[in-house]
Amino acid sequence: VLNIALPKGRLGDTVYDMFEAAGFPCPDIRANSRRLIFENPAEDLRFFAVKPMDVAIYVERGAADVGVVGKDVLAEFSPEIYELLDLGIGRCRMAVAAPAGFRDTGRGALRVATKYPAVARDWYAARGRDIDVIRLNGSIEIAPKLGLSDVIVDIVETGATLRENGLAVIEDLFPISARLIVNKASYKFKGERIDRLVRELSRQTEGKA
Amino acid sequence: MNIDLNVLDRLEKLTYALRTVYMGKGYARYRLGKFEEYDFYSRNKDFLISDNVITFMDTNGKLMALKPDVTLAIVKNLPDEPETLHKLCYDENVYRVSRTTNSFMEIMQAGLECIGAVDTACVGEVLSLAAASLAVCSGDYILEVSQLDILEAFLSAISDDRELKTALLKPVSEKNLHGVTALCRESGAEAEKAEPLCRLLKLSGPYGRVLPELEALCAHRGLEKELSDLRGALSVFDGTAAADRVVLDFSAVSNMNYYNGVIFQGFISSLPGSVLSGGQYDNLMRRLRRRSGAVGFAVYLDQIERLENLGEEDALC
Repeated sequence: VLNIALPKGRLGDTVYDMFEAAGFPCPDIRANSRRLIFENPAEDLRFFAVKPMDVAIYVERGAADVGVVGKDVLAEFSPEIYELLDLGIGRCRMAVAAPAGFRDTGRGALRVATKYPAVARDWYAARGRDIDVIRLNGSIEIAPKLGLSDVIVDIVETGATLRENGLAVIEDLFPISARLIVNKASYKFKGERIDRLVRELSRQTEGKA
Repeated sequence: MNIDLNVLDRLEKLTYALRTVYMGKGYARYRLGKFEEYDFYSRNKDFLISDNVITFMDTNGKLMALKPDVTLAIVKNLPDEPETLHKLCYDENVYRVSRTTNSFMEIMQAGLECIGAVDTACVGEVLSLAAASLAVCSGDYILEVSQLDILEAFLSAISDDRELKTALLKPVSEKNLHGVTALCRESGAEAEKAEPLCRLLKLSGPYGRVLPELEALCAHRGLEKELSDLRGALSVFDGTAAADRVVLDFSAVSNMNYYNGVIFQGFISSLPGSVLSGGQYDNLMRRLRRRSGAVGFAVYLDQIERLENLGEEDALC
């Protein structure tokens, strides 16, 4: 069986459409159900819907052979996986945002609120800046307004949420898009099927990545 | 003395099965009978899988390390005799931080080292013993082989910038071709220069099929000796049942400050990561001011213990 971990939500729906068009279908997934595991025995396929942040763990630990995950998650967790394809969808960027008029004086540790502590630490360590990482799980944008942090490190898509909370991007870290990742051991034993999947998905992503 | 094999647990059976394979090929058992100073490991911490080390104060006040690794200690304690070949095998507990639990674990590790007059035949023998070690654990295994000097030549063709070459190792290890190209573009190197490296990374499969393609790709790059050594070492599998299980794949990378030449990793179907890794580490020997060559590997028994049918294989009975 080829086990495939998809991120729950809108991105997962788009990704499933791409898998189906690539010849890796699982009609059950279209049924409106609360199930999280979907199988297509005829094609020897099993899809899981998991939290986007967890996809890389499922793949690294071999529970899934293949998965689709944002580059933000890969940058945060640095999993031991193969990253075979940039699917060119779910585009956004990792950025530092701060209230209008913010200036880093360099005095004391900069307070950084983020869902991505490793990304934030690496970024500021490379610039020799001490930081105090405040790990949050959501609503990061309100942290500076409430005096919890000086800046935030977060995903920015259109910037609308930032603007509505009085923030603006002050530095871009890296671009983000959805990536096809593969467990290293699975690739050794199921390489032909995975290569076929990569070839078919590549046809759909040409020009997007 | 009669020993009833039924009293042995799975891990003990596996340890003895591997020791039988190694000693049958003339490898002498090596036991780490003492601890090394922490300073020795800290100077070579990049060689360790985890640079966190458990330390303790010895009775003479020296800061010692609780066995984070076996290879470094063997190299340190063995006389430097480049004209002689020392063939050693071991099974020892090591103490390191587990990547998955992020806490210190006691991990059983078996392996072997060839140190001294290492030649192509010796590298071939070590490769065949790596494959035999995997076969002891499961009939369904893959031994993935790479050659770091060839990879280094393809990296150097992109740029002489040490920092860029080191940064490229991450996307290389992930078979991330778009990442290789993007990194070259960001650092100002011409993206077209990444094309040969991308083609090298696409080569993957049984060595018998891939070697001719590799030789064509390496033509006019001054890699004749590296190719000849690689072909010579792999010829130990020619005509054997293992031939299809030995694959060439240049995404396998190791720290080039320590490793050089042939490196390899072992995988077993149904286990998620590599269960064996090794290679030539002449660069480590030079850092330790040794003239000898060296090649070896370690088998991660804690990973293999997770195999459900371990102990049912004939080799373990």
